[in-house]
Amino acid sequence: MTPDLIYGLTGIAVFAIGLVGALCAQDRLRRVLALKLCSVGAGFVLVVAAWRTPPADPDPVPHALVITGIVVMISATAVALALIRRLQTLEAEDDDG
Amino acid sequence: MTDAATLFDLLLAGSVIALAIASLTVRDMFAAIVLFVIFGLLSALAWVRLSAPDVALAEAAIGTGVTGALLLKTLHHLRYVTGKLGEGQARDLTPIATVPAGVIWANAAFCGMITLGLALAFLGAPQAGPGFDSLVAEAMPASGVDHPVTAVLLNFRAYDTLMEVVVLLAAVIAVWQIERGLSDAPAPALGEVWQGFARLTLPAIVVVGTYLLWKGSEAPGGAFQGGAVLAAVGLLLLLSRIYVPRPAHRGLARWAFVLGTGAFAGVALLVSGGGRVAFEYPAQHAYSLILLIEGLVTISIAVTLAALFHGREPVAAPAPEGRNDT
Repeated sequence: MTPDLIYGLTGIAVFAIGLVGALCAQDRLRRVLALKLCSVGAGFVLVVAAWRTPPADPDPVPHALVITGIVVMISATAVALALIRRLQTLEAEDDDG
Repeated sequence: MTDAATLFDLLLAGSVIALAIASLTVRDMFAAIVLFVIFGLLSALAWVRLSAPDVALAEAAIGTGVTGALLLKTLHHLRYVTGKLGEGQARDLTPIATVPAGVIWANAAFCGMITLGLALAFLGAPQAGPGFDSLVAEAMPASGVDHPVTAVLLNFRAYDTLMEVVVLLAAVIAVWQIERGLSDAPAPALGEVWQGFARLTLPAIVVVGTYLLWKGSEAPGGAFQGGAVLAAVGLLLLLSRIYVPRPAHRGLARWAFVLGTGAFAGVALLVSGGGRVAFEYPAQHAYSLILLIEGLVTISIAVTLAALFHGREPVAAPAPEGRNDT
C-alpha cells in the first residue's frame, strides 16, 4: 500500500460521491457542494499522477494544473451561489406578492 | 516507520471519504458546510503527504477558506429571504422538484459504472511513467525563479494562468450583473466580528499573505495563495465593519479587478517583439518581471475574492435598511 494508491482511490471515491450528490441532491446549495467535491476528487487524482515513488521532486505541471482548477472552481462556485441567491430572492418575492 | 505512515494514510483517506459522504447526507445545511470545510482541510493535509505543498496551500486558502465563507454567506442569505433565520435546522431551503426514486437509482447505477471505469483506468495506468519533470528541470535555469511550480505557472504555462485570472475577472463581473437587479432588495446583516479580534489578526494576516507571495519564487507559495490570504483581510474588514463599501469606491474596485489581467497581458505583449514571442521574458529581467506580475495579480485576486464574498456591487442606499450592512 503506497500513498499514491491509497489517495488515488480516495480521489476516485470522492469524485463518485460528488457525482451522485450533484445528480441526486434535493437542495441547490448541496448540489454546488457536491460539484465542489467532484473537483477535489479530480485534484486528488492529478496530484497522485505527479507523485514520484521516492517522495522527492514531484512533477510540477499537474500541480500547476490543480492550482488553476481550484481558482476556476471558486469562480464557478461564486457565480452559482449568486444565481441561487437571486433565484431564491425572486421566489420569495413571488410568494409574498 | 513505513507502517505508521501507511496507517496514517489509510486513516486520513477514510476520514476524507467519510466527511465527503457526511457533508452530503447530514440534515442541517450549516453542519454540511462545516463538514465540507473540515473535508477540505484534511484533503489539503493529504496533498502535503503527496509532497504537493503548493496545491495544499491553495486548497486550504481558496478551495476551503474562501469557498466556505461564500457558502456560509449564501446559506445566511437563503435563510433570511425564506424567513427561516431563527430556525436552527432548515433542511429544504431551496427545494427543487422531487426526483423519483427510480431516476435516483438509475443515476446512482450510472455513477457506479463511471466510478468503476475510472478505478480500473487508474489501477491499469502505467506507474511512474515519464512526466514533464525532466523537461521542467532542464528549463529551470532559464525561468528566472527557483521554485518549479511558480516557474510553470508564470513562465512555461503562463497562458493558462492568464486565462485563470481572466476567469476570476469574468466571475466578479457576472456576480455584479446577477445581483444588480437585487440592489434595492434588503439583504441580511452578517454577524458581527469583534473589532478587537480584527485589529489583532489583521496585521498578522497581511504579513503572512505578503510572505507567501514573496517566498513563492523559491519555495511553496505564490500569487494565488498569498492573494487568498490577503482576501481574508478583506473579509474581516467587511465583517467587522471597519470597511463599509460605498458607491464611490466602485471605480477603484473595477480598476483593482482588471489590474492583474491588465498587467499580466501588458507584460506579455511588451516582452514580445524583437524576435521573442509573448511570455518569453528576457533572461536578465525574468525574476523582476515575474515578481511584478505576481504582486499585481495578488492584489487583484485579493480584491476580487473579497468582492465575490460581498456579492452585490455597492449602491447608494435608498433607505437606511436598504444596505446590507446597516
